[in-house]
Amino acid sequence: MEVATHRASDRTALHRPGFWQAGVLLSALVLALPVFTVFSFIFVPAGEVWSHLAETVLADYLSNSALLVLGVAFGVLLLGIPTAWVIAVYDFPGRRFFEWSLLLPLAIPAYIIAYTYTGLLDFAGPLQTGLRDSFGLEGGDYYFPEVRSLGGAVIMLSLVLYPYVFMLARSSFLGQSSSTLEAGRALGAGPLRVFLSIALPLARPAIVTGLSLALMETLADYGTVQYFGISTFTTGIFRTWFGLNDSAAAAQLAALLMSFVFILILLEHYSRRRQRFYQTGGRHRHPVHHPLRGWQRYAAFTICVIPLLFGFLVPAGQLLVWALSIAEEAIDMSFLQLAGNSLLLASAAALFTLMLALFLGYGQRLHPSKPVAIAVRFSAMGYAIPGTVIAVGVMLPFAWFDNTLDEWMRGTFDLSTGLLLSGTVFALLFSYAVRFLAVSLQSVESGLSKITPNMDDAARSLGLAPGKVLRRIHLPMMRGALLTAMLLVFVDVLKELPATLILRPFNFNTLAVRAYELASDERLADSSTAALSIVVVGIVPVILLSRAIRRSGETHE
Amino acid sequence: MRKASLSIISLLAALVAATSFSGTALAAEEVNLYSARKEALIKPLLDHFSAQTGIQVNLVTGKADALLKRLQLEGRNSPADLLITTDAGRLYRAKSAGVTQSTSSIKLMDTIPAAYRDPEGHWFGLSLRARPIIYVKGKVSANELSTYEALADPKWAKKICIRSSGNIYNQSLVASMLSHDGKEKTQHWADGLVKNLARKPKGGDRDQIKAAAAGQCDIAIANTYYLGKMIKGKDPSQQTAADKVAIFWPNQSDRGAHVNISGVMLTKAAKNRANAIRLMEFLVTPESQSWYAEANYEYPVREGIEWSDLLKQWGSFKADRLNLAKLGQHNAAAVRIMDRAGWK
Amino acid sequence: MNRLMALKDVRIAYDDTEVVNGVTYDLQAGEIGCLLGPSGCGKTTLLRAIAGFEPIRAGSIDLKQSAVSRPGKTLAPEQRHIGMVFQDFALFPHLNVADNIGFGIADRPGKERRKRIDSLLQLVELPDAGSLFPHQLSGGQQQRIALARALAPEPSLLLLDEPFSSMDVDLRENLAREVREILKREGTTALLVTHDQHEAFAMADRIAVIQSGLIQQWDTAFNLYHTPANRFVAGFIGQGALLPVVRDNRGRLISELGPIPVVGTEASQTGNMEILLRPDDVVRQSGGVSTEVVGKAFRGADILYRLRLQSGAEILYITHGRDNFPLGESLSVGLDLDHTVLFPVAESV
Repeated sequence: MEVATHRASDRTALHRPGFWQAGVLLSALVLALPVFTVFSFIFVPAGEVWSHLAETVLADYLSNSALLVLGVAFGVLLLGIPTAWVIAVYDFPGRRFFEWSLLLPLAIPAYIIAYTYTGLLDFAGPLQTGLRDSFGLEGGDYYFPEVRSLGGAVIMLSLVLYPYVFMLARSSFLGQSSSTLEAGRALGAGPLRVFLSIALPLARPAIVTGLSLALMETLADYGTVQYFGISTFTTGIFRTWFGLNDSAAAAQLAALLMSFVFILILLEHYSRRRQRFYQTGGRHRHPVHHPLRGWQRYAAFTICVIPLLFGFLVPAGQLLVWALSIAEEAIDMSFLQLAGNSLLLASAAALFTLMLALFLGYGQRLHPSKPVAIAVRFSAMGYAIPGTVIAVGVMLPFAWFDNTLDEWMRGTFDLSTGLLLSGTVFALLFSYAVRFLAVSLQSVESGLSKITPNMDDAARSLGLAPGKVLRRIHLPMMRGALLTAMLLVFVDVLKELPATLILRPFNFNTLAVRAYELASDERLADSSTAALSIVVVGIVPVILLSRAIRRSGETHE
Repeated sequence: MRKASLSIISLLAALVAATSFSGTALAAEEVNLYSARKEALIKPLLDHFSAQTGIQVNLVTGKADALLKRLQLEGRNSPADLLITTDAGRLYRAKSAGVTQSTSSIKLMDTIPAAYRDPEGHWFGLSLRARPIIYVKGKVSANELSTYEALADPKWAKKICIRSSGNIYNQSLVASMLSHDGKEKTQHWADGLVKNLARKPKGGDRDQIKAAAAGQCDIAIANTYYLGKMIKGKDPSQQTAADKVAIFWPNQSDRGAHVNISGVMLTKAAKNRANAIRLMEFLVTPESQSWYAEANYEYPVREGIEWSDLLKQWGSFKADRLNLAKLGQHNAAAVRIMDRAGWK
Repeated sequence: MNRLMALKDVRIAYDDTEVVNGVTYDLQAGEIGCLLGPSGCGKTTLLRAIAGFEPIRAGSIDLKQSAVSRPGKTLAPEQRHIGMVFQDFALFPHLNVADNIGFGIADRPGKERRKRIDSLLQLVELPDAGSLFPHQLSGGQQQRIALARALAPEPSLLLLDEPFSSMDVDLRENLAREVREILKREGTTALLVTHDQHEAFAMADRIAVIQSGLIQQWDTAFNLYHTPANRFVAGFIGQGALLPVVRDNRGRLISELGPIPVVGTEASQTGNMEILLRPDDVVRQSGGVSTEVVGKAFRGADILYRLRLQSGAEILYITHGRDNFPLGESLSVGLDLDHTVLFPVAESV
């Protein structure tokens, strides 16, 4: 007994709260460095450009970005929630298949889906040409919705981003105590009211998390809106930076964008400050999936097949057709090299980001404090920032560090250290971590929130230091959440382009770089081979992801 | 946990191996290149160079502005010896950012016409990219067309397709008009052109040609090499579209058709200066010069180079001899004009 | 009497295993019934079938003389006008107490609804809890809110699924009695499911003991204890021991503790039998049968002893907490029977 007390106090000495708190704060600040770098430009005067922007394009940027965000919010909720609900609650033909296949659009980069639909539906595309030929029409004789429009961009982005909402909503629905839902039925509420006034509000934190991921990605999107010719905040940042050659004003636009995001996040937190969403698990979980009959089966099937069809089958099919019939790029040995690079980079980034997210999430749980919470929120904001801006935000402090050190070493020891960080794989991994921390962090945090604080206390009272509590209690319990975090980042990095393009070392190409080079040279058909490879490499983790979610859902029972 | 750390270590090791075995390991004879020309449009030449000289060329491709930013931030420690861009605006921008140095290679000076190189020797053009008017055969006859300026005439209302003003080739085109016509006239022209657009600007240059061929507009403005790639590509629908249009070289009776260049510059931080200059010189040898036309339907910057059949077919033309540094100087002003005109 | 609920030969199965094997049971208006049985006996499944959450495979369930469940046809739970209190209370965590209670009466006009919520809060003695959220309440308070919520729409039948199982043992019986009072005051018909006989005794008018998906006995608490229908009920309810009895040549039943007075039908039973002896059937008797104390459990007001007879058979004996005998002490005991409960012994196994 005495020995045990002794050991426990030894450990406390080693693991003072200060260690975690300082460590977490420091890591969060380092990760927030690019964001802070962008924000620091607020203090650079750029007055005259602003009056030009305000007079001409700013209103457009604002209204288009706002409409885009609203539209995508509507779209991803519309596609993500009903699918999640029917799959979590009902049984119908194809449910098991949809469970994982509805995640597939995640593997398709947004700009690629935009290219494929343009190819199909544009005025000069096969559909409209076919219509004109068979009915003898001329352009202007008939109405056909324009793909390359704001509405088109909303649909494209919704089709590839709804899986975030779907995934998080589904696991939330699966985790809901069945007796809570049954209590609603017993009180006279029909299935629809139970869904609307119990299941949906209970799943709200998860849905909002999924929605915020989708919307942050929407705000960061450059490829799609640029191709569709829509002026948004993001295209405005690039135009101001490269076209008007004013990087300060561009950074200020980016900072403004981030401020909006930050305010939205704060508002959401504030709105549910009094509610708590723990649930005691109900015991009666069988049958989890109520079988549907008759027309309801077809309705459920249709709800699920639409996003899959338009979010994956049509664009992947178009890519396949291009790759087989037109592409001049054949799959050869260089493709293996590209795929290898992509895989390596994505895996390393996924692991690295997970470790960081785990450290931050865990430290925050251990010693919750305002400064830590704010720093962590800041470091996770990279997801809403266009990759190019992040990349510059990473390059700036890294190059400053390299050159300052080099200067000092030259001065003191007459020795040049050159570039230690800039242009290395580490810089690339770091920028991925900054960009995708939000994705990883939300999985880790939701995993941690399912473990009651009593379990921590129990483990601590049994003599485990915090680090060991993490390793022996939390990690095994959060396996599903951690896998989700890793695989999401993996798929994101696989698709990521702008940061990869700027920061990569010499002679280092990836599938996304190859696809982009051909597509930006307007060789869409040729880029299909590389784009298709991204999809193929991305499918495997998407399937794994779905299994991980299912398994972690089962451990609740 | 231990397994995870092991796997992350082995992954990182693999990454380091993947990125370094082809790079610095052979540090003896090499040259490092940041290129805004796509890999497919430069790598074959570089491979040829390496085979001839035994000098290894290390390559990073990317967007010109991003590469320039990287070069700037890396400062004197930058590994890059050369920077290649695909438009004059960025050549100018790089020079004014102070990250380049001049060379006085006789070979370069002698082979490249003065308009297509920096007077102070900071940048040298490699290939020309012409941006003429492309019209639909049968709908428009060549004698209805004359100059870029005339496209603002109300008779072309709802008849013109052009991509967005975010594109550098449009920015350069407007910048060239600014230098020739002045601010007021150019603004007036841009306002008129925007009124004549058949649709909101969207897509790339090929999309403008395709839209014209499909009947959405009568006139498109696009770089010629996109048309070349449509003609020579494997997609039959694009070939048909390309067959329906023809090239009109505007402003032949005055300054000439608007051209842009892709060019190369030696960086201030260059550590392999001699090798870098050898590569620059290699890129303007007659053999390399005709490759641009073969591979990408661009025009050689050097005179007296045999054109490919397709280029011959499009006919010879008078190119604008405006010193291309002007395009860079006027770029920001051009963007403002387009902003004001409501050119999306 | 007015029959409110009737189950007739109800069978329920998951896949191919029958969980409820033909239950017939009914409940009068205003009555509080109970399904009592060990876990896994099918009682909860039956309750969920009555609520409409499980379809039945055979038989019928009627509420207020109208069919609600038939094989292949299940009226949706929300259309049955029943109330249900769940084991985990299942309060809606995103709604405050008032909104939880008001959930089932959302169609009533605002003023009336508020009045009903207030009166229910009074009824469960938490008049000021309306604006609190469930996580701010103690377990007992949550339980009462769950009850108030279920009562709000004035259900024709209230179902309670192990409603006290997460309570402290001391609280359970008190709460059960309180709930009974509330239900009686409201005139609510209710059906309770539990595995705890004390809960059942404290709350229910009549209790059905269930085992293996079948009702073993359906009776008052007193009768279940004193005249159990079979060995299972005898063993499950209360404590006791079984002692072999033999019939002598005069037809009298004789046990190791002496002759058994026979009442009613038991007289005609033949073959080997055992008699159920509750602890209170055994009394100290000078000149009785000598036994040895082999076990004792001190329970405050009384002490429960385990006594060994000469044959090695053991019986239970309960006495005053002050009668403290050490282990090994010899006690002389006899029988004092009000009811004779005999079970035939199965032929040699």
